[in-house]
Amino acid sequence: MSAIEKVMIARDINRPKITDYIDNLFTDFFEQKGDFLGKEDGSIYGGIALFHGKPVTVLGHRKGRTAEENVACNFGMPGPEGYRKALRMMKQAEKFHRPIITFVDTPGAYPGLEAEMYGQAWAIADNLAKMSALKVPVITIVTGEGSSGGALGIAVANKVYMLENAIYSVLSPEGFASILWHDSTKRDEAAEVMKLTAQDLYDLNVIDGIIPEMDLYKAIDKHIVNALEDLADLSDEQLKQDRFEKFRFFDEEFLKNTAKTRMEVV
Amino acid sequence: MTSIVDRRKNKFNRYKDLRENPTELLEPLIKPVKEYDVEDRIRDIADEGTFKEFKFEFPETNPLEFEGYVDKKESLRSEVNSHDAIVAGTCKIDGYKAVLAIMNKKFMMASMGMELGETVCKAAEYAMAHRLPLIIFCASGGARMQEGIMSLMQMAKTSAVIEKFKEAGGLYISVLTHPTTGGVSASFATLGDITLAEPKALIGFAGPRVIEQTIGQKLPEGFQRAEFLEEHGFIDAIVRRDEMKSVLGRLLKLHCVKA
Repeated sequence: MSAIEKVMIARDINRPKITDYIDNLFTDFFEQKGDFLGKEDGSIYGGIALFHGKPVTVLGHRKGRTAEENVACNFGMPGPEGYRKALRMMKQAEKFHRPIITFVDTPGAYPGLEAEMYGQAWAIADNLAKMSALKVPVITIVTGEGSSGGALGIAVANKVYMLENAIYSVLSPEGFASILWHDSTKRDEAAEVMKLTAQDLYDLNVIDGIIPEMDLYKAIDKHIVNALEDLADLSDEQLKQDRFEKFRFFDEEFLKNTAKTRMEVV
Repeated sequence: MTSIVDRRKNKFNRYKDLRENPTELLEPLIKPVKEYDVEDRIRDIADEGTFKEFKFEFPETNPLEFEGYVDKKESLRSEVNSHDAIVAGTCKIDGYKAVLAIMNKKFMMASMGMELGETVCKAAEYAMAHRLPLIIFCASGGARMQEGIMSLMQMAKTSAVIEKFKEAGGLYISVLTHPTTGGVSASFATLGDITLAEPKALIGFAGPRVIEQTIGQKLPEGFQRAEFLEEHGFIDAIVRRDEMKSVLGRLLKLHCVKA
């Protein structure tokens, strides 16, 4: 299958949504709204639930199936309030020692006037920094489109998985083609060179595993169970350190002569 | 031919004139005859002769094997006199030691790839190990597209290291210069304990053109500029270039004196 075909599958409006994942994998879900700073953002959906009988915080980008739903959730494109809402839930999870499970499916953070006015850059940066230091297990599953900082803003996890037909990239192939070749119609070519498929990202050491989509929910369930088991023996500090090292050194293969050597001051 | 001292004197006279005519204050500073380079910045910020650059031996990075990328970097290196879009080292500012990093937008718009991200991390780690404050002059067009997902992940990498540095008690001063956008704005640039900005600097996550296309209307005058962000509560202070050193010196002093 070509990269652009994967892109189309990842974006398919009939692909399962966060609500489907929550319905099929968790019980007793209680939705939490609001950033508690004055705004609510429908493009981030989440709350507290039980996973195999144990409390977790679960959240993710929300996309809709109908035009009406998509307007309500802004096509899965959060503003700063969305990232702050997510962080609020995650900090609360840390307080109550609940593991955090996030589902990523977004075309990107919303590039709008209000989003900029209320600090989109600050909100995403804050999430990256604070997520990196959380003292509970964090597991991320990229289920559809994982595009740009808008995806990463809820994806700084101990374990990051992708569904086999999901994509994860610095930008949409259209945007990539437009920036580098000044021609957004070259998106097929862009998708090919960007290395955005699950297999590409696994090979680049950006993700920890690829979840097959045959028997989807069972496969996801198994991955979460295994990941939580893997992390169960780590102390709070070790969980934080594990995540820190994952993101600090994921690219050391590429920087191998410099990554851990001491710098020389001239 | 005027000597360096004379030229510097003239420069400060120009600043003085500008202070007396605040309406003309910014334009000459924003659009100087000569681009304000990394070298100019070091000269204006570091005490004379104190800047010692970190020397790294980075391997060539081209994770997407993107055509023309390595050639482009190679040709830029001789032009801008640095290996990638950032220069970092130690210096003294008004006698206070600090780690100073300066992004160079002449090198691919100071977009963030692996080498740049790694340099930011190493600068912060050096500052942490030696208990020094960290000052970064940020400027960037955003992610280094040619490095794809590896570029995106630098956002998490740099943010994680900066967070660790701050948790350890380190002082991080971020100075946002024109322009600071995209992945750099949404990572280490906006994580300062103190966040300064230069007048009129464009600062934001999404570029103005993308926003205009999305919302289908023209953006108001001054949108995403330093003054706009100060008004909305995201900047500690806007500081002009001629005052930058004294402000940084004062901030270092304020954090060095035991409370």
